[in-house]
Amino acid sequence: MKLSISNISVNDFHKAFESRIRLGIMSVLAVNDVLDFNSLKEYLNITDGNLASHIKTLEKEKFIGFKKSFVGKKPNTRYFMTKEGKKAFDNHLSALEKFIKSQK
Amino acid sequence: MKEEKDYIRDIVAMRSMMERSSKFLSLSGLACIMAGVYALSGAFIAYKIFHFNPDKMVDESIQSGSLPSGFLKVVFLAIIILILAIGTAIFLSYKKANKSGEKSWNPTVRRLLINMAVPLIAGGLLILVLIFKGFTGLIAPFTLLFYGLALYNASKFTFEELRSLGLIETGLGLISSYFVEYGLLFWTLGFGIVHIIYGIYLRNKYER
Repeated sequence: MKLSISNISVNDFHKAFESRIRLGIMSVLAVNDVLDFNSLKEYLNITDGNLASHIKTLEKEKFIGFKKSFVGKKPNTRYFMTKEGKKAFDNHLSALEKFIKSQK
Repeated sequence: MKEEKDYIRDIVAMRSMMERSSKFLSLSGLACIMAGVYALSGAFIAYKIFHFNPDKMVDESIQSGSLPSGFLKVVFLAIIILILAIGTAIFLSYKKANKSGEKSWNPTVRRLLINMAVPLIAGGLLILVLIFKGFTGLIAPFTLLFYGLALYNASKFTFEELRSLGLIETGLGLISSYFVEYGLLFWTLGFGIVHIIYGIYLRNKYER
């Protein structure tokens, strides 16, 4: 399906970015090199389970990656944006920009 | 399908998320004003009561190995002012963060503090060396200089106005290291007056 709004199509919007929380995760990781799970949770203000499921979706798309390490005996997972993620996020931003401009 | 206003809301959310996660915006303007007031009263006490006004770069009595008691009192006074100013800043920023539903101890704050700490600790250690070598005239200029560098360095992680504040303090520090006899005056101007003006400006701009 290809719905055309002026000269851009909704296919330019990646469906992983339909959720505002996933957009939030990508935004935070765009300006922070690496962040652990708890910091992400603090910024987004959502529950563990909710954040974990959104992270999983983004991981499946290979938009974010993670490094596991230990702080004392506690496991600590730190997330970062992959090159593909950065590219998709940038594309999404310019698609948004084009869309807003086309509406004016 | 999403509509235009949804996309606009997306953009607003992304913008705020980027800003919130990269800049600490709970610094309190009032804390800045209070720091200025503490500095003014401290400088007044040091000048009027302890008759502290170094007019030479080197104090020979310290070089000969003894710290004059009046000087120690001024150091003690300076430490009290520093603790008061930092305490007020932490307390008021904590309150402001709580009010806006923000965690006051997050990765952004940690980054801000680390970036301030490097120039501040280097400057503090250098000033200790200056004290023991008797270069009392350079203490006030160097506190301004290193404080200014710390602010400049930290400005990337909080209000961008801190950048110009940092440059002003650095400039005042450099000028007063040449005009040593006006060291206390420059110090009062930099830590007192400039802080109060900036505090009022920050309050008007961000806390209305």
